[in-house]
Amino acid sequence: MTSKRLFLLGLLFLVLVLLALLPLYGSAYTVILVTAIFMYIVLTVSWVIFSGPTGYLSLATAAFFGVGIYTSAVLGKTLPLPIVICVGALASFCLALLVGALTLRLRGVYFTIFTFGLVLLIYQLLLWYEVRITHTRGRFVIVVNNTTIYYVMFAILVVLLITAYLIRRSKYGLALQSIGEDEEAAAHTGINVTVLKTIIFAVSAIFMGAAGAIMATRWTYIDPLIAFNPLFSFLPVLMAIFGGIGQFYGPIIGAAIFAYLEEVLLTRFPYYYMLIFGIILVVAIVYLPGGLVGLIQKWRKGDLAEQDANP
Amino acid sequence: MRILEGYGVTKHFGGLAAILNVDFHVDQGEIVGLIGPNGAGKTTLFNLISAAHNLNSGVIRFKGEKISGLKPHQICRTGVARTFQSVKVFGNIPIFGNVLLGSLFGTSTGMSSSDATREAMELLEFVGLSATKAILAKDLTLANQKRVEVARALATKPELLLLDELVAGLNPAETAQAMELVTRIRDRGITILMIEHVMKAIMSVCDRIMVLHHGEKIAEGTPEEITNNQTVIEVYLGK
Repeated sequence: MTSKRLFLLGLLFLVLVLLALLPLYGSAYTVILVTAIFMYIVLTVSWVIFSGPTGYLSLATAAFFGVGIYTSAVLGKTLPLPIVICVGALASFCLALLVGALTLRLRGVYFTIFTFGLVLLIYQLLLWYEVRITHTRGRFVIVVNNTTIYYVMFAILVVLLITAYLIRRSKYGLALQSIGEDEEAAAHTGINVTVLKTIIFAVSAIFMGAAGAIMATRWTYIDPLIAFNPLFSFLPVLMAIFGGIGQFYGPIIGAAIFAYLEEVLLTRFPYYYMLIFGIILVVAIVYLPGGLVGLIQKWRKGDLAEQDANP
Repeated sequence: MRILEGYGVTKHFGGLAAILNVDFHVDQGEIVGLIGPNGAGKTTLFNLISAAHNLNSGVIRFKGEKISGLKPHQICRTGVARTFQSVKVFGNIPIFGNVLLGSLFGTSTGMSSSDATREAMELLEFVGLSATKAILAKDLTLANQKRVEVARALATKPELLLLDELVAGLNPAETAQAMELVTRIRDRGITILMIEHVMKAIMSVCDRIMVLHHGEKIAEGTPEEITNNQTVIEVYLGK
């Protein structure tokens, strides 16, 4: 067991080093592609931190991502990049804290609808503000070179993975899972469910906001629809399901493959890409209920003898 | 000493008075039974004590301190634990994790994780499930799920334990084991308030019994007094 663990750690280290050095040997296209993949992994894994164990299906990802994007567009000209990213993350954190405190009493589909409504609300408000007050449409964002964007996104990803892993392993990870299993019983077991849910929801928004702040510099021009595109609410959910939520690495694999697939299909089959994409997705959901990870586990376990649960 | 007392406890659901002006108390070290026909308000009373519902009027005190108005997790941490009529275990969490959650989050002072682990192990041993600690709670029989629930409640180090129909749905052998477990819990110095429909079970272990009917307390006394009480007989068997 320990040698296997050592091997996995070594492999992980190797992957990290290879990724860290990518801009030195990879083409400009590769760097941009991997940045986009990183972005999807960040959105997916941070979505899973909260929605995975608790079962609260949040569609607010695009809202927190968009807040980061707009923060970057507004402050990018006056403040240095690291501060812009921190402010973007903090703004998303505060918004999530507020929204979480207000709406995490809602359960099931009501919560989902509200979170999606939040995305549309901010989008419409911004649109109204730009049309009526500033008489502008969209904003330009200070350009940052692709290598810097790559490294910032990589750093966000690494910090996120460590955070997600630590939360999952901690007693709070177990408590989040118990909320997903039976919230009432969790509360009567001494877990402050409202506070825990709100804080974890807000923590997950930090990374969405940070990712938005750096991605804005890559896009150079943004407007309300680009920043608050509802697709960024749905894709993380699909990627997480595609990869499998049960295991820590599931959403990572899911997002990576999904994002790469999207890129390949988009460049090779620009006209049929949505169609092929949709078919792959439907097939995956119908035939892989546990996601890719479920498939791997099934294949590894084979048909192990069932344990007797009630001796 | 009165560990739990309630005065004028009232709860309405719409126009229906589920609990109406009920006074009750539980003394330290007692096993008190709560019986009554279906819809009498027994589980509602539990929900009021554990703060799953808020009272409309009245007050509930635990060890002399008012606890009505607190949140469920606060009630748990002051030392009142409960189980549920329809078992609510965390199905996809191993049994050990179910119990560990209680000792990690439910105690008044908090515990280090090594203490919590030891506590959870000890309690699984106590309820007789230590051999199956890695199995998911949903894979257990009903009787064993109920034991997990009891162990999880005990892990929060309660002084008062509310048991809601511990033996409902169990076979006679399992019922006997459950009742033996109840007395062993009392021997640990924990006061018990239990709802039960199985008369044989409740008569054998309870020191005192309260009878609810249509949200009101109609009788209270030792098991012998209750079995001979004319009002109780009328409520259960009709006039």
